[in-house]
Amino acid sequence: MFYHSFLIKYAEIGTKGKNRYIFEDALMHDIRHKLNKIDGEFAIQKEQGRIYVNAKTEYEYDDVIDALSRVFGITGICPMMQIEKCGYDELREKVLAFVKEEHPEQSFSFKVHARRADKHYPVNSDIINADVGYDILCAYPEARVDVHHPDFIVYIEVRQKINVYTRVLPGAGGMPMGTNGKAMLLLSGGIDSPVAGYMIAKRGVTIEAVYFHAPPYTSERAKEKVVELARLVARFSGPIKLHVINFTDIQLYIYEKCPHDELTIIMRRYMMRIAERLAEQDDCIGLITGESIGQVASQTMFSLRVTDEVCELPVYRPVIGFDKQEIVDLAEKIGTFETSILPYEDCCTIFVAKHPVTKPNLKSIQKSEKKLSERIDELFEAAIASDEIIWCDK
Amino acid sequence: MREIYFDNAATTRVRPEVAELMMKVMTEDYGNPSARHVMGMKAENYIKTAREQIARTLRVDPGEIYFTSGGTESNNLALIGTALARSRRGKHIISTGIEHAAIYKPLDLLREQGFDITILPVDGQGHIDLSELSAAIRPDTILVSLMYVNNEIGSIEPIAETGRIIKERNPECYFHTDTIQAYGKLRIRPKTEHIDMLSVSAHKIHGPKGTGFIYIDKHVRLHPLILGGGQERDMRSGTENVPGIAGMGLAAEMYYKEHEKIEAGMLSVRDRLIDRLSAMEGVKLNTEKGEGFAPHVVSASFAGVRAEVLLHALEQKGIYVSSGSACSSNHPAISGTLRSIGVDQDLLDSTLRFSFGIYSTPEEADLCADALEELLPQLRRFVRR
Repeated sequence: MFYHSFLIKYAEIGTKGKNRYIFEDALMHDIRHKLNKIDGEFAIQKEQGRIYVNAKTEYEYDDVIDALSRVFGITGICPMMQIEKCGYDELREKVLAFVKEEHPEQSFSFKVHARRADKHYPVNSDIINADVGYDILCAYPEARVDVHHPDFIVYIEVRQKINVYTRVLPGAGGMPMGTNGKAMLLLSGGIDSPVAGYMIAKRGVTIEAVYFHAPPYTSERAKEKVVELARLVARFSGPIKLHVINFTDIQLYIYEKCPHDELTIIMRRYMMRIAERLAEQDDCIGLITGESIGQVASQTMFSLRVTDEVCELPVYRPVIGFDKQEIVDLAEKIGTFETSILPYEDCCTIFVAKHPVTKPNLKSIQKSEKKLSERIDELFEAAIASDEIIWCDK
Repeated sequence: MREIYFDNAATTRVRPEVAELMMKVMTEDYGNPSARHVMGMKAENYIKTAREQIARTLRVDPGEIYFTSGGTESNNLALIGTALARSRRGKHIISTGIEHAAIYKPLDLLREQGFDITILPVDGQGHIDLSELSAAIRPDTILVSLMYVNNEIGSIEPIAETGRIIKERNPECYFHTDTIQAYGKLRIRPKTEHIDMLSVSAHKIHGPKGTGFIYIDKHVRLHPLILGGGQERDMRSGTENVPGIAGMGLAAEMYYKEHEKIEAGMLSVRDRLIDRLSAMEGVKLNTEKGEGFAPHVVSASFAGVRAEVLLHALEQKGIYVSSGSACSSNHPAISGTLRSIGVDQDLLDSTLRFSFGIYSTPEEADLCADALEELLPQLRRFVRR
């Protein structure tokens, strides 16, 4: 069936008082951005606290649902029939015809939920409910009314026009993109960091990302994989500015000067320092990582405390309490898992010690870092200067 | 940065003359060779010309050349096509442990289908033992498949002797050779080497990808694998890849026209690189100078360095090489050849292949060696502890 219109439901943003229009405009902007990437032309309209997507040309239904289900801030997508106001008998006929098309199955439970926003319409909600219910029961002898747990609800909204729909497809939830500032994601090629980026983006935060490239120890394919992961996250978050930093020299310098079992933790501290510098340059007000407590040596509570000590910006770790499988499930849901498990080595694993410290002591780490004093500032600035910016979008 | 492309055993740059000809076929003479009109005839003529060009390089009859989608298809056709056509005569096939996946995967399939497959071992230079071959041939052996030049180390197998032994021991047994690395680089004479079938890929000789051929001696009976409109005398259906075939014909002709010059050129690159590598510490050559090895491949193992890291370090200097064989690099765990010739376990993951084409120069070999001399000490300083 061809739907000319979709009703967009949003919940949380409705509660933001005077700021409401900012959130609604952001939501419409993102809807437009996502629909621009698929075939077909659409008009997006805001009207009395509702947003409608109206098709102006032919389109692929699955593409529209897929695009809208990646817009943060939407709680429900309702493909609907929208008709001009008409006489009551004609309305009843049209509603029944619509239900027949939508539900060819014979046996189901349902209820009718009419809402008369336009009080000038001659028939009130209760009567519409009763009459349409009666029509459906006559047409489907096996159907029955269930007001508590129906298989579907026939919504009839009488406004300037009349909206009829029986399906409410789930939206992505969260808050509209760009309504909550900007943060810098430390993006590796793994499973966790894309999920972390997704989760923070879901709350309306614009995402930038930084990837630490270590040629010749990591390949161009490893970098390409990270670009692809950023693009996959961008399907939800919108375009991501990805910084690629050449980290080889810092890594080798640490490897040469510091105790081997502290390599990873010291490396992490330099990554955080670089990420913070890039964040400040681009007005990001937080860092995001995919760490989860205890997953690896550098992610114990002790290690995280030592890592965090180097930065002033808050570090958001949305998967901190998740088990690996929970993160994997989310990665599969957002479509990053298959790419994440491609077998290219990332820079965290190349020189990793067999037994890295799991309970690093801040003082001893700081002491080890003193051994780097001769060249580290120069290498740090060189790493910042190596910044290659790739805009990732899909 | 100057590009030094030393990965010609993986694929080669198409010659401009070849690309030009293909462009003309695609945009001007684009008819279907089976069409009755003049455009069809023009297209058919390109195929006829290519068939003749290629037949001349092997001194065989044009009617014995069949066009395919490349080396892999040719190998599959030789193996499975023989098995399908001759299983009533026997179900025994002989091959070696250093074949390309396009040989051993079809053999795996045939083994599952009840064929008896004998795999001959090779020595430290990758060569088979002819007495072992002779002993392995039985009355029910229907096929021996032996690669001409190994793709990872460049060793040349004793093809003519193998052919002679096969025909002495069992005249009914077919002899197939995978010449994907050999064609162009060596003079191949199927009729005197007792070769019944050989497989070739165009993109290894500065021709296009997606095109190849199989030579099938006129006495050989094969069952086709791709059935349909009956092109290629029913041996390989599907509308002919006319631009690819035309390009391959020209590439083959140009290669053999200057064969001596090209061979000498590659040998000078190979020997220069081998000389330089021999002088470096901690480098073990898996390829030797001399006639036992093809002119375009050098395999070397670098102790204490991971091949992939060295490959990327060379890449940063614009030098492109391969770890193991590019075709099997998707499965880094497998390097059948290196293992078969007895390369140390420690060195398996430290082996690079340098391979040359018509555009390679000794100067490039020097630049490559210079780069290695600079990189090896650096990389060895930072090994996994």
